[in-house]
Amino acid sequence: MTGPEIQATPDSSWQNSWREFPWWLVAIFVFLALMGILIIRNPAYNNAFQFIVPGIQVTLYTTITAFAIALVLGLLAGLGRISRNTAVRNIAITYIEFIRGVPTLVLIFTVAFVLVPPVSNALQVDNRIVTPNTRAIIALAVIYGAFLAEIFRAGIESISKGQMEAARSLGMTYTQSMRYIILPQAIRNISPALGNDFIAMLKDSSLVSVLAVRDITQLARLHAGSTFRFRESYLVLTFLYLSMTIILSLLLRWYEQRIGKDRG
Amino acid sequence: MNDEIIIIDNLHKYFGSIEAVKAVNLQVKRGEVVVVVGPSGSGKSTVLRCINHLETPTSGAVYIDGVHLEDKQTDINKVRAEVGMVFQQFNLFPHLTVLENVTIAQRKVRKRSKEEANEIAMEQLRHVGIPEKASAYPRQLSGGQQQRVAIARALAMQPKIMLFDEPTSALDPEMIKEVLDVMLQLAEEGMTMVVVTHEMGFARAAARRVVFMDNGQVIEIDTPQVLFDKPKHDRTKLFLSKILAH
Ligand SMILES: Nc1ncnc2c1ncn2[C@@H]1O[C@H](COP(=O)(O)OP(=O)(O)O)[C@@H](O)[C@H]1O
Ligand SMILES: [Mg+2]
Repeated sequence: MTGPEIQATPDSSWQNSWREFPWWLVAIFVFLALMGILIIRNPAYNNAFQFIVPGIQVTLYTTITAFAIALVLGLLAGLGRISRNTAVRNIAITYIEFIRGVPTLVLIFTVAFVLVPPVSNALQVDNRIVTPNTRAIIALAVIYGAFLAEIFRAGIESISKGQMEAARSLGMTYTQSMRYIILPQAIRNISPALGNDFIAMLKDSSLVSVLAVRDITQLARLHAGSTFRFRESYLVLTFLYLSMTIILSLLLRWYEQRIGKDRG
Repeated sequence: MNDEIIIIDNLHKYFGSIEAVKAVNLQVKRGEVVVVVGPSGSGKSTVLRCINHLETPTSGAVYIDGVHLEDKQTDINKVRAEVGMVFQQFNLFPHLTVLENVTIAQRKVRKRSKEEANEIAMEQLRHVGIPEKASAYPRQLSGGQQQRVAIARALAMQPKIMLFDEPTSALDPEMIKEVLDVMLQLAEEGMTMVVVTHEMGFARAAARRVVFMDNGQVIEIDTPQVLFDKPKHDRTKLFLSKILAH
């Protein structure tokens, strides 16, 4: 006769854990498991998988390199955004607003075909040896630099003014105070947001297939085009992206909980 | 060597249209302890913050040991290294241990070696009575302990002047004494101090002069005995009657 008891205490831990249980995660893992079985058992899926999987290297290389450059651009633009120097501040705001006002896909074309040639000319590099993959990395870095700039700015502004004042009153310069006092605290606060943007960039890296960079998306398109196995190609592609992003977002949740506990 | 280590000359400070400080003149001698009292919003913090240039005066001049702070040629970081400041909210660096809080500026500003900075830091932590907390993080300390670390952090720079902006106002009553005791000891050692506080006991024990400010102006400057017991101005009397009523 446990039934009535449970109804009498609707907030019992059993009901709570039922409600809080991550069913969404189970659903996603079921999808991934079914796809895994299909890939192993079904030759058409297996062929698609074999063809597409080498592109992961390109996808990851593009994402990681572009994100590393975007971190530097974002930090510089974020610092510029809050600079007291009017020229510096306006250059940073122009960059950020310009990028935010144009679709990512359009920016990839514009950066790759309009921005890169004159810059490589100026640097005395033959425009033709700048590979599509390099152009793609530059484009993603420039785009995400603008998004990360706003995250860095918000992170810096979230640190109380007293921290900068205490550092400056000890005789530290603005740069030293930023580097040793403000940024370490800010970066810790924004690391979850940075992680989210890394995942977003991993997904947006699929757009570089328009430059014929042989990432997983491009390989899936090629496979679909040559075999007409559209369902297999794009389901395998979906499986690959989802596997990568779900692992990353689980890592991120775990990390967030850990730093949350540290603070508490 | 000039006897007046701090000279504030006709200082004015506007925040937008608010005149926070009006024509303030004040001189502090080497080794002197000056306490500043006055109602909230009377400009005490603003004057104090002009002494290490955390605020830029609208007009007037501040000289520290003969150096004109508003002069474009002045290296303000060099001056600030000689002027320690203790804040109401402690402002310890939460991502650094107590020891790192007390060594970071020594390392980066004074360019001391790690060993030397650690040695001086431990000496100052003993001075304020909490050497055993060196490896703790600020959040693990009580308010009184945090404020003592903040004092040690400033002292480790071996400053010529110490500024205190209501150092005990954010503390639970039982922790006020431990901080005031450290400040009293510092005063006895001959440190030049400008202290914004309403702790009359501290003022009577340590201050040579007390400054009463109201509405951005210095109303009265005198010894603690005269200013607290026989004030000349009505505004001083009114203020004292209010804080004594508490
Ligand atoms: N950063 C600021 N911006 C605008 N107004 C300020 C600022 N700092 C202080 N004030 C104003 O200046 C006046 C004096 O403030 P303050 O020096 O902090 O007084 P006190 O320390 O005596 O309480 C107040 O009216 C206060 O509101
Ligand atoms: Mg104040």
